[in-house]
Amino acid sequence: MIYLDYNATTPTDPRVVDSMLPYFHDIAANPSSSHSAGHEARDAVEKARATLASFLDCKTDEIYFTAGGTEADNIAIKGLAFAQDKRKKIIASAIEHHAVLHPCEYLQKFGYQFVKVPVDEYGIIDLSLLEQEVDDNTLLVSVMHANNEVGTIEPVREIIRIAHRRGAIFHTDAVQTIGKIPVDFNDMAIDMLSLSGHKFYGPKGIGALVVRKGIRFDALSHGGHHEGTKRAGTENVPGIVGLGKACAIASEEMANEEDRIRQLRDRLWHGLNAHVSELKLNGHPEKRLATTLNFSVRYIEGESMLLHLDMQGICASSGSACTSGSLEASHVLLAMGVPHDLAHGSLRFSLGRFNTETEIDRVIEVFPNIVAKLRAMSPLHKQDTKGV
Amino acid sequence: MNPRNVGELEHADGTGTCGNPVCGDLMIFYVKIEPRVDDIDVARIADIRFKTFGCGAAIAVASMASEMAKGKTLRQVIDMSRDDVANQLDGLPPVKMHCSNLGVQAIQEAVKDYLAKIGRDDLAAQIKGCSDKGTAGKT
Repeated sequence: MIYLDYNATTPTDPRVVDSMLPYFHDIAANPSSSHSAGHEARDAVEKARATLASFLDCKTDEIYFTAGGTEADNIAIKGLAFAQDKRKKIIASAIEHHAVLHPCEYLQKFGYQFVKVPVDEYGIIDLSLLEQEVDDNTLLVSVMHANNEVGTIEPVREIIRIAHRRGAIFHTDAVQTIGKIPVDFNDMAIDMLSLSGHKFYGPKGIGALVVRKGIRFDALSHGGHHEGTKRAGTENVPGIVGLGKACAIASEEMANEEDRIRQLRDRLWHGLNAHVSELKLNGHPEKRLATTLNFSVRYIEGESMLLHLDMQGICASSGSACTSGSLEASHVLLAMGVPHDLAHGSLRFSLGRFNTETEIDRVIEVFPNIVAKLRAMSPLHKQDTKGV
Repeated sequence: MNPRNVGELEHADGTGTCGNPVCGDLMIFYVKIEPRVDDIDVARIADIRFKTFGCGAAIAVASMASEMAKGKTLRQVIDMSRDDVANQLDGLPPVKMHCSNLGVQAIQEAVKDYLAKIGRDDLAAQIKGCSDKGTAGKT
């Protein structure tokens, strides 16, 4: 199998798995218990928290472990709203993950105004429109650090300046950037940040919300003193240990890994273009995660490409409506102004730690035939078009 | 994946389109009718081809619908329903029933086109055909 869907989830690094194993059986006590076995589990949790804090450049007591990125986004947005009643406007980019968009939409039921700020053709937020929208009634500006579908990296520092000028709080869904590019919570002056373990070789079921000290927010689940009473429930000790290990590995290897993956990705893009005509890149040509290659294949549909790739053992994803479980093509591509047929014909290859050049070359080898077969079947494709 | 009857018919007696690229599925069917008469109990689908822009389910639907329609009288084709195709495929996920199951309607459009061409607009008007007529080639 050739796995090129790392933005969806990554395999857990074997070193991460090894670090977790003792915490399923040998050191399995509840970190809240007062016996020494409990202390040992507590120590492991706090050690991981310290690793995260140094990796992200934040304080240990600014970190709240959650079940993942979605829960972190939900606590950030709804928890912040429920803890105050002065400011009633929430702003997000049009291309946020649903884990941000849906909580924001939900808050409209509670009298909040929710504004989505458009992006340009590359997926970069319109800063002047953002500036017009942010006012003294704005509670929160939430903009992802990098987009999961197209990989475009948002100008977070500028966005933060705009938000702070009017006293608004800035939250970023950094699920796609943590462990891939440097994120400095303190230096960037981020107020709230969501991250997820399984997007950078940690386990599934663990994530964290980082909240600048002094920002008040409510818990969404109640029932214990865990995580400073902000997230009740017995800590996922093996998950937390694994998340710590994933951060430790990333802080060592991230820079070299990014170069290697970018080279593979560019090899893939150039190789595909050499054999297939009319491919259109989606996302910013430069300000983009090294892992991500999203493009549209004119005249054909994404899910049928995915099926053919899958039959060749290649895992990818698409912004086609057929893959979304709804009738709508990717809201990200549509917000970028990609026409509907090209949004349906989009394909995302997302690369990662365990990909090899051989794998990339195999994709370059099989993909042109898939496109040729589907284009031959397509009523949109004119026979006289050159190449496949 | 090896769909049957993919392609076009050069001198088709009828052409039918259903769907559009905006919703992600578009099908065009071409039919040959024999004998070329206006009695829908006598005229049959002698040959059939299709082209589709669509997901895997749409391709499967088009292929299955084309196989089912081949050899049938026009009345039998008019009486076919989208459920018949879905059943032959051992079911489709609910969301695909809505968006991808356009095969029967596109074939019925082709029959309608044939009847209109031979001057039987009255018969053509009785066929419901496609509820989402696309614009092929318009991207």
